[in-house]
Amino acid sequence: MAQTAIDIDIDEIIERYPGKPEYLIFLLQDIQAAFNYISSEALTLVCDHTGVPESQAYAVATFYNSFSLEPKGENLIHVCLGTACHLKGSGLIAENLMRRLGLDGPGTTEDLKYTVETVNCLGACALAPVAVVNGQYQPKVTSPKLMKTVQKLGDE
Amino acid sequence: MQATAKDTAELRLGSLEELEKLRGELRAAEDPNHTRIIVCHGTGCIANGSAGVTEALKAALAAAGEDIAVMPGIKTTGCHGFCSRGPLVIIKPKNIFYQQVKPGDAEEIVQKTIKAGEMVESLLYEHPQTGEKIETTEDIPFYAGQQRVVLANIGQIDPTKIDDALRAGAYAGAAKALTNMEPKQVIEAVINSGLRGRGGAGFPTGIKWNLAAKHEGGQKYVLCNADEGDPGAFMDRSVMEGDPHAVVEGMIIGGYAIGADTGYVYVRAEYPLAIKHLEKALRDARAYGLLGENILGSGFNFDIRINRGAGAFVCGEETALMRSVEGKVGEPVPRPPYPSDKGLFGKPSVLNNVETWANVSRILDKGADWFAGLGTEKSKGTKVFALVGKVNNVGLVEVPMGIKLREIVMEIGGGVPGSDHFKAVQTGGPSGGCLPWQDADLPVDFDSLIAAGSMMGSGGMIVMDDRDCMVDVAKYFLGFLEEESCGKCFPCRLGVPRLRETLNRFSKGQGTVEDIDDLYSLAEAIKAGSLCALGGTAPNAVLSTLRYFRDEYETHILEHRCPAGVCKDLITYSIDPEVCTGCRACARACPQNAITGEKKKPHTIDESLCIRCGMCFESCKFGAVQVQ
Repeated sequence: MAQTAIDIDIDEIIERYPGKPEYLIFLLQDIQAAFNYISSEALTLVCDHTGVPESQAYAVATFYNSFSLEPKGENLIHVCLGTACHLKGSGLIAENLMRRLGLDGPGTTEDLKYTVETVNCLGACALAPVAVVNGQYQPKVTSPKLMKTVQKLGDE
Repeated sequence: MQATAKDTAELRLGSLEELEKLRGELRAAEDPNHTRIIVCHGTGCIANGSAGVTEALKAALAAAGEDIAVMPGIKTTGCHGFCSRGPLVIIKPKNIFYQQVKPGDAEEIVQKTIKAGEMVESLLYEHPQTGEKIETTEDIPFYAGQQRVVLANIGQIDPTKIDDALRAGAYAGAAKALTNMEPKQVIEAVINSGLRGRGGAGFPTGIKWNLAAKHEGGQKYVLCNADEGDPGAFMDRSVMEGDPHAVVEGMIIGGYAIGADTGYVYVRAEYPLAIKHLEKALRDARAYGLLGENILGSGFNFDIRINRGAGAFVCGEETALMRSVEGKVGEPVPRPPYPSDKGLFGKPSVLNNVETWANVSRILDKGADWFAGLGTEKSKGTKVFALVGKVNNVGLVEVPMGIKLREIVMEIGGGVPGSDHFKAVQTGGPSGGCLPWQDADLPVDFDSLIAAGSMMGSGGMIVMDDRDCMVDVAKYFLGFLEEESCGKCFPCRLGVPRLRETLNRFSKGQGTVEDIDDLYSLAEAIKAGSLCALGGTAPNAVLSTLRYFRDEYETHILEHRCPAGVCKDLITYSIDPEVCTGCRACARACPQNAITGEKKKPHTIDESLCIRCGMCFESCKFGAVQVQ
C-alpha cells in the first residue's frame, strides 16, 4: 500500500477542495488515506491552502484518532475493543498480539512491518470478538488464530 | 425499459403529481408475485461472506438457464437484523427464510426452491426450544416480537436504487410537507407526534425545531448526527446502509420546517458502506430533483453534504460535532447559547440523530396521530436496539417503547446461552448503566430507564451473564471515556481517571470499603462540574453497578476474589490432569514457557511464571485448562 502512495500527487489532493478552513479535516483525511500518514510537509501545504495556522492544524491532526503523523506499517491490524468484543476477551487478544510483535501498546513495529490499532467498535457485534487484518474481517477470532494469520503475512 | 435516476438526469420531478405518477409506474412495472431472491448485504452478513453467496446464486441461476420458467431477480439489501444467523437469503414472495447460507448451498436453493418450489430443510431456522423447522420470516420468534417502523424498508429495498425506495413509499412524507403544509404545520405535526430524540437524551424533537424556526430569515442549518460512537451499537449504521433515503427525506422535512437550505450528515469514518450508500442516495435524489432548487415545484431549495468523522467519540456531542464540521478540534462549548440560537458557523442549527430523522419521514407520511398511538404515554413510537453480548439472537431489533426488558432479551433475543437469566443488561453506551435481572420486567422507555439508573442512549443493549465481572465492566467504560475525554474541562479530564484508578485497585483485590464512599462523592463532583454530557454521565457505569452489584465490589476488596473469573490479578489458570491429554498445544502457545510436562502426560502450569494471558485456555481443544 505504502509504496504506491508515493506516486500520488499531493497537489492533486490539495486541489480537491476549496481553500477554506472548513476543509482542513477533509484534506487531512484524504492525505491520510493516500499516504497512510500525514508528513510535516503535507501539513504545511494544507495550511497554505486553507489558511489555517500550523499550530491549529497540528492540534486537529493530533486530536482525532484516525490521523497519524508517523508512517504506518505494511500490514494494518485492527482489534475491536467494543463492549461486545470486550466481554468476549478482545482485550487479551490485543495484548497478546502486541506482546508477540514486541509492542508496548498500539503502534507500529520498528521494521515498519505491522501496525496494531485498537478500535472502539466496528458494529459487527454478532461476530465478536472481531479483528480486521488488512481490511479482511476475522470473525470470532482467538489469540492463536489471529497470531497465525499475522504470522502468515510476515512470511509472505 | 423503465426510467432510472442514473440515465435520466433530465427526469426532474416538478410536482407532487409527477412524483406520484412515477411511483405508480414503478410499482406497476414490478409483479409482487414474481419470485425474487434477497441476499442480506449488511456489514455483518458481508463480513460473514454474503457477497460470495450472491455470486454463487447468480452463477447457479445462469447455469439452470432455460430450465427456469421465469428467471427470478436477485436483490441485495441492507441489514435484516438477525446478524448471528448470517448470511441470510430470503425468497419472495413467500418470505422463505434461509440462514447461515454458504456459496455451496446456491445450487441446491436454485434446484429445489426456485425450480421445484421445495424447501431446503438444512437451511431453515430451527426453533431453539421446540426444534421445529420454521419456513418463513414472520414465524421466527426473533421477528415475530418486533414492530418495524424505522426498519420497515430495510431488507426489502435495494438501498442503492432510488426507484426501489420510491416503490416502498420514500419521499411521500417530504412531498406532503413541501407541497401541502406550511413549515409551522410541519413542526406542529412533529410536536403532536410526541417524537423524542433517539440519540440519547430524548429531548422533544418538535420543540427543538421550534426554537430554531423562530429566528426568522437568514442562514440556518440542519445536521444529522451519524457519529455512532457508542461501542456495541450499530442501529444508525444499519439505517444508513439499508435505507439512506429515509434519512435524506427526514432532513428535507426538517430543513423546510426550520427554514434551512443546507444539511450536513456527520458520519463515522468507520462506516464506509453507510457513506457509500448515502452518497449514492444524495446523487439520485438530486437527479430526480428531490434535492436542489425548487424541490417538487414548492419553491424550497435544499441540499445535503456529508462530513466524515475523524475518530473522536466526543464529536457525538452536538456542540463538538459542529466544531468538527467547521474543520476544528471537536471540543464542546458551554451551552447556552444553544445550537438552535447559535450553532454551526454561529447560525441557528438543528441537530438530530439518524433514527430521529428516519422517524420524521414516517410521521409526515403516516400522520402524527398514527405515531402517537405507538409506545407509551411519554415515550412515543418504537426504538431500534442493537442486541449484543451474551444473547442467542445477536442482531438489530425494533420494538415499541414500553416493552419489557425480559421480552427483548429472553423472547426476541432467544435468551442467554447456557442460562435461564441474564446477569445484567447494559444500556445507553458508556453514559448509561447496567440493569440487573431483578429489573427484567422494567418497561423500556426514556423515563423508566433513567429512574433505574441507566438511560436509553442511542440503543446499544449489551447482555451480560455470570461470567462477566461488573467491576471490570465499569472499569472498561471508564477507560473508554478517559481516552475519549477531550480534556477541555478538568472535572472530566482529571476525575474520570481517578475513578478508573480506584476501580483498578479493586480489580487487583486492593482498596477498602471506604474507597467506595469516596467513589460516590467523586462521581457527584464529576457530574456537577463537567462541561458536557461525556463527563456528566461518565460516573453512571460505576454508580449503576454499585447500586445493583455492590456485593461483587466487596468480594473483590474483602475476599480478594473475582466471582466471575475475569479480573486478571485475582484468577489462576490450572490444568485438570483428568482431562489433559498431553498434546502440548498449551505449552507451545504459552509465551512464558510456564507450562511443562511430558508428551501424552498431564501438564502443569507454573503459577509464578504465568502472566494470565489466556493463551493456554484458548489453545486447549479438550477444555482441560480451567480459570478460577
